[in-house]
Amino acid sequence: MTPIPMRTLGAMLFAALFIVHGLARADLALDTRLKKLETELRCLVCQNETLADSNADLAADLRKEVRELAVSGKTDDQIKQYLVARYGDFVLFKPPVKPETWLLWFGPFVMFAGGVAVWWGIMRRRRRDAAPGPPPAGEDGAVTRARALLDG
Amino acid sequence: MKLLRWSLPLAIFIVVAGFLYVGLFRDPHEVPSPLIGKPAPAFSLAELHHPDRTLATADMRGQVWLLNVWASWCVSCREEHPLLVALSKAGIVPIIGLDYKDKPEDGLAWLGGNGDPYTESVVDLDGRVGINWGVYGVPETFVIDKAGIIRYKQIGPLTGDALNRKILPLVRELQKS
Repeated sequence: MTPIPMRTLGAMLFAALFIVHGLARADLALDTRLKKLETELRCLVCQNETLADSNADLAADLRKEVRELAVSGKTDDQIKQYLVARYGDFVLFKPPVKPETWLLWFGPFVMFAGGVAVWWGIMRRRRRDAAPGPPPAGEDGAVTRARALLDG
Repeated sequence: MKLLRWSLPLAIFIVVAGFLYVGLFRDPHEVPSPLIGKPAPAFSLAELHHPDRTLATADMRGQVWLLNVWASWCVSCREEHPLLVALSKAGIVPIIGLDYKDKPEDGLAWLGGNGDPYTESVVDLDGRVGINWGVYGVPETFVIDKAGIIRYKQIGPLTGDALNRKILPLVRELQKS
């Protein structure tokens, strides 16, 4: 076997580094994407933990499943759909807006609007009550005299 | 208007209190399965007792059956086990066991020691079938109808109450249709 010339060896080494570097970058991008996705998914065993944080066995399995789906080319939405089909909307930390969740999403705003309406009504009534009406009948003279005294 | 002034806040109070009261008695760990009313996810898995044979969901077509997800490492499975054994003796409905993320030898030893209520047990080594069925807490029990539709899911151990009030009446009804 003839020894490989130094230059060829160098070129091969460079090519290898280039490939590894490319792979590592692709991997890093996937990792960041998965990390973000996993923080939006709930672990069903320990319900207030995200899939990313949970140590539960099922969470590890689901992370594996999510990674495989991502590698196979599924988009984030498709992966979420996949999990929702099996575990329900509860796996999403952010519940989707649909008729069943309207109360959840808009209830607080409706309540706030109701509060504002009540407050506005009360203020309007107070203002109306406080506004100077026509002077009570029979006391015309008294008011004029009082005003004259005050104005000096 | 006068009436509205006190009856409206009272009505709102009653509605909110009602919701909160009902919430007191609901178990947040029971997440309703979206699979109910949907076709059971298909599987074809090696049988625990005969590893060279497989059992598939398609084989169960035409009969009402239960799928009980269990494992030898699962503590609350021991709790429900006597009920399953009794149910199996009564011979009302076939019970398929899904040995979830368990070593087959451990599963076999466990059944040997506690009694085997299963018409057949299949092995889900990596838990993938479990994920497809939306399993998140062993034990879980599914009721599947003749057409292969999931009709009910019990999360956590079976209780005599759940069996007598929900599962068995449902099974009888489904068997009639």
